[in-house]
Amino acid sequence: MTLAALLSHWARNKMQLAMLLAGLTLATALWSGVQALNAQARGAYATAAALVSEDGAARLDTPSGQMPQSRFVALRRSGLMVSPVVEGRVVLGDTRVTLLGIEPLTAPPGTAAALADGDLQGFVAGGGFAHPETLAEIGPSDLALTPSQAVPVGVVLVDIGTAQTQLGMAGQISHLMLTGPAPRPLPEGLRLSQADAGAELDGLTDSFHLNLTAFGALAFAVGLFIVHSAVGLAFEQRRGLFRTLRSLGVSLRALTFALALELALMALIAGLAGLALGYVMAAALLPDVAATLRGLYGAPVPGSLQFSPVWALAGLAMAFAGAVLAGGQALWRLWHMPVLAPAQPRAWAIASGRAMRWQVMGALGLGVVAVVLAFTGSGLFAGFALLAAALLAAALLTPAVLALCLQGAARFARAPVVQWFWADSRQNLPRLSLALMALMLALAANIGVGTMVASFRATFIGWLDQRLVAEMTVTPRDAAQAVALESFLMPRTDAVLPLRRVDATLAGQPGAVFAMRDHATFRDNWPLIQAAPDPWDRLAAEQGALINEQLARRAGLWPGDSVVLPGAGAVSVLGVYPDYGNPLAQAIITEGWFDRLYPGTPTRQLAIRTDNPEATRAALLDEFGLSAQAITDQAQAKALSLAIFERTFLITGALNVLTLSVAALALFATLVTLSGLRLVQLAPLWAMGLTLRQLARLELARALVLAGLTMGLALPVGLMLAQVLLAVINVQAFGWRLPLQVFPADWARLALWAGLAMFAAAAWPAWRLWRAGGGPLLRVFAYER
Amino acid sequence: MTLLALEDIHKSFASAEGPVPVLQGVSLTVAGGEVVALTGESGSGKSTLLHIAAGLEAPDAGRVLVGGQDMAALPDTGRAKLRRGTVGLVFQQFNLVPSLSVGANLAFQARLAGGHDAAFCTQLAARLGLSDLVARYPEQLSGGQQQRVAIGRALAARPKVLLADEPTGNLDEATGDAVFALMLELARAQGAALLLVTHSARLAGRCDRVVHLRAGRLA
Amino acid sequence: MNVKALLVLLLLAPPALAQGFAGLGTDAEGFAIPERGRALDFPRDHGAHPDYRIEWWYLTATLQGADGRDYGAQWTLFRSAVAPGEADGWDSPQVWMGHAGLTTPEQHFSAERFARGGIGQAGVQVDPFTAWIDDWHMTSTARAGADAYSALHIAATGPNFSYDLNMRAEGPLVLHGDNGYSVKSAAGQASYYYSQPFYTVEGTLNLPDGPVAVTGQAWLDREWSSQPLASDQTGWDWFSIVLQDGHRLMGFQLRGDQTFTAGTWITPQGEATALPDGALSFTPQGTAQVAGRDVPVRWRIDWPEQGLALQTEPINPQAWMDLTVSYWEGPIRVTGSHDGRGYLEMTGY
Repeated sequence: MTLAALLSHWARNKMQLAMLLAGLTLATALWSGVQALNAQARGAYATAAALVSEDGAARLDTPSGQMPQSRFVALRRSGLMVSPVVEGRVVLGDTRVTLLGIEPLTAPPGTAAALADGDLQGFVAGGGFAHPETLAEIGPSDLALTPSQAVPVGVVLVDIGTAQTQLGMAGQISHLMLTGPAPRPLPEGLRLSQADAGAELDGLTDSFHLNLTAFGALAFAVGLFIVHSAVGLAFEQRRGLFRTLRSLGVSLRALTFALALELALMALIAGLAGLALGYVMAAALLPDVAATLRGLYGAPVPGSLQFSPVWALAGLAMAFAGAVLAGGQALWRLWHMPVLAPAQPRAWAIASGRAMRWQVMGALGLGVVAVVLAFTGSGLFAGFALLAAALLAAALLTPAVLALCLQGAARFARAPVVQWFWADSRQNLPRLSLALMALMLALAANIGVGTMVASFRATFIGWLDQRLVAEMTVTPRDAAQAVALESFLMPRTDAVLPLRRVDATLAGQPGAVFAMRDHATFRDNWPLIQAAPDPWDRLAAEQGALINEQLARRAGLWPGDSVVLPGAGAVSVLGVYPDYGNPLAQAIITEGWFDRLYPGTPTRQLAIRTDNPEATRAALLDEFGLSAQAITDQAQAKALSLAIFERTFLITGALNVLTLSVAALALFATLVTLSGLRLVQLAPLWAMGLTLRQLARLELARALVLAGLTMGLALPVGLMLAQVLLAVINVQAFGWRLPLQVFPADWARLALWAGLAMFAAAAWPAWRLWRAGGGPLLRVFAYER
Repeated sequence: MTLLALEDIHKSFASAEGPVPVLQGVSLTVAGGEVVALTGESGSGKSTLLHIAAGLEAPDAGRVLVGGQDMAALPDTGRAKLRRGTVGLVFQQFNLVPSLSVGANLAFQARLAGGHDAAFCTQLAARLGLSDLVARYPEQLSGGQQQRVAIGRALAARPKVLLADEPTGNLDEATGDAVFALMLELARAQGAALLLVTHSARLAGRCDRVVHLRAGRLA
Repeated sequence: MNVKALLVLLLLAPPALAQGFAGLGTDAEGFAIPERGRALDFPRDHGAHPDYRIEWWYLTATLQGADGRDYGAQWTLFRSAVAPGEADGWDSPQVWMGHAGLTTPEQHFSAERFARGGIGQAGVQVDPFTAWIDDWHMTSTARAGADAYSALHIAATGPNFSYDLNMRAEGPLVLHGDNGYSVKSAAGQASYYYSQPFYTVEGTLNLPDGPVAVTGQAWLDREWSSQPLASDQTGWDWFSIVLQDGHRLMGFQLRGDQTFTAGTWITPQGEATALPDGALSFTPQGTAQVAGRDVPVRWRIDWPEQGLALQTEPINPQAWMDLTVSYWEGPIRVTGSHDGRGYLEMTGY
């Protein structure tokens, strides 16, 4: 009965109901959508890990990442239970994939899940398995590939013999999987590593997922603003009803229970709708996320979504939590309302002076927290906490700052309508403040993330131009071909710069040591962030090493410090170079020294300087007989790097748009629900001789002015956000720090969008006011309220 | 001089059972300085007639002459202009502008109409006993004080026609009587035509003339 | 596990695929098939026959500790070909599987190994003879000029056991069936089959409780074929027995629609008599629950013509080889008309 009476309110206020449900639905959708993306990606890492190692099986490898196959046979014949793996990147059909060659008979049980119902004979004879998505990307190819969900995206699982042929690694293997107990001591020249590919990817991609989660939480918060305003308003409008029900003998407990039940009902409906929407959103975004993760980290994430009941339950729980958070205040006030509280519709946030003071105090408190975090915090989590505190402080401060602006404007107003315009805007601010806070957050997030991405792009492009200075690079098939290539190219080109590397642990971090030939190419172009005096001469003189920024920042190593290189002991740091896009630590030493420290390391690539790339390419293809796939020219490399970069931030852009949309919806919801209340305030002006058209225009203008002011406020907040992203989050997450650059054109575009969003939100209530004529206003005069 | 003339006003409202006639040929004139009370049962169409007189609503048929101008023939903007400068309205719920101070409320319509006279406003405030309250906001005032602000606001623009809809309906009897007396006195002093809707026979008795609306016609 | 399940299918290739074209010497897939009358040639036939589908080097040893406790050891290298012939590297069609078993009266241990041919992880070399998979091996220690099988050293390691045994043959090689051409069904399926049943053994067993020095006797079977079983044959029971008087008996029955039996009676000097289908009869005398199935672990073997009536009793009824290819294989004690020791293998239960 009581519930029915409560619910009848919604039948009369359908728009309010729609907004409440839409807010909660959107909040749940964005949150659970992001969670689905994260879960999908993490699940994929686990699949990838399971493919190459069961239960965290360890691997044995060499620093050079290669060993002869005879080593495997010798180890087996000495009783060591190992299984060989050949791994490499190769162009198959229309795409580049990771070719994973295993030996099915010695591989640990469960390794080749893909083979479960496959044809072993066909596999050994040159068949293979790949995820259906990978197969689609490859298109027609020479290999007989069978679709299998058990293989990570971007990987083609083949027999070891097939992999050796395809990769030109006859007689060579990449590493060994340990299928029995680890030997003690380790065979000479081999390293034991817990081949926890999943954990490794987890670590690398953590920052990406934290990023997504932060966005999801922001969107959820913005959605809650909508719900909160709708619930609060519905509460105020039903004060009279509550009073009547209480007078009729409905107990406070029963009334509160009924209201809670109503809220739960809404949460359930909105939660289910939100899950559906979130699923659709995640499914739509997943291909981009997957492409990003594959491009940035080589993480094999399929582009199709799976449904998980745990995820659904978590999403529903979030919907309920959100409803409680947004509606709790209303329930609390109901509980404390005297039986005959005046039914005066003092709209719900109007006792605002005190509320605003509290908000300002809260903002200051959070500001202090942010400052303390900025100076003392470390780690990614602290970075995000700093961001959250700063953003929330800015949001809380928004109404007070807007109020000050409006007050100032009113002081300069002379005409009565203008005076009223400012005064009225200010008086209505508390009712709009939640939606405006949401808008401010969305705009600040847009500015901040946009500035970060644009700064990154600008720096990245400049860096690419410096780093990718070689006209082309060639990938030799094996060590012998590398030698042959070098002597073939020497007389035909300006310079041949071989690339050799060994894996190494640098200052406790996974990484690699590279060999660099002393050449003007590097001296002239290789960018350094910090350098000791004469870094290049001293590098050539074997007096030290260059390290990448990631290593420098994480380990706190700068010119003047020293870094321990395997086999060489402590070595001076001569310079630090930026190394965007690479998650691992790096050190560079001069070629001669490298060859003495790590003899027999194969050349992975040859960088070629030449005035005539076309001729060189033709010579390599025709005279040397190299395959076209082994040659990459500079333009290709740049295009590839940029494509990866763009994809990396595609998802960020999509979430930005979504957040802004939610904020616009919050505004719309608030303005629509407020339009009834506004009539009371507008009616006297109409009676005194303003036309409806004038009033509607003023309403629209007010919304645009508020949007403009909010945008003005969001700008510094957004720049602060960008600065924190660049100086704290990026450094923690990726290990590089970028200079902040500003892009006013982007802001103008965003301001335009914000204005459009505000216009869209305000247009309908204004239009309705104008078109409905005087009827609704006349009722204001006639009704006893 | 007739400042307000309603000629053969017809008005009906749409309902589920078809149009319901509310006013069926009402004619009424009010001269400058005259105070006319409009009485009638609830739902007899008193407020509708008043709204038509104020140009807030248009009649289905008939003419509304305010200061000699046919309100019903004017476009929306013209009616608004007439409301601004020629008509003053006082409502039962006061309907002050909540975001403006008492002083600003008093002066608002006059400034809107372009006929703001600061000295007159001050005088009016003093006359209405509001001199100490001009810096306050409507929500800080009592009902009687609010209605006095509403009357002052309506008069500040020196309207030719003053229309009041149950101006004391929300006030207790003593306050109501005092406010009523003040309104009559000021309207007469300005020479405005005052048409007021009331339920109270006692108040109606204090007016120059009483017209009674019954079944859409004046009796 | 599934990869290996497939492997099992290959190893125990259904004979339906392997129906021979008599007279041509090869089957439909190009595998060679055994031919009656072809003389075995040593040492060449000690080595692998990659043109045949399957082959094994199968050694079983009945052993005793110094305290008289009974033990048994098994060392087997199976070869199975996906296609006939050999090739280098990963292209080799040969697949190798090793089985090792070790039985005590209370415990039974087993282990397996797999390897691809062509890369050296497993294989058989004729001169000097060695057969190996990973670190397991069977290596000839024969003096120069003697038959490679006259002295062998074998070793194998499992997760919780290992053994190391030296063997010396006290008699000649024995050819089964018709000079090594051993018929396996009434329909004529056959294999090449010979043995060295005369080994004396000494060596060490490494058990979880520590090493045990053992002595005893051993029996090596060599067999290769492309068509081992008829399509209706579901499994076999195979015995190798050393009697106290120095005679040896090899006997088996292939269970199917019609049971097929065969055997070889070997004198202490190594003279062999092939026992045709039906000469021997095998009667289960009692079963044991082993690995969730009923396995007839006690048998009666009759050869009425010679008045031979043997009762066999397992040293450990639970001698189940719980591997990818699973079967019962363990040492037995023999009583009845003669006393002795031997090994029993039962498949298809």
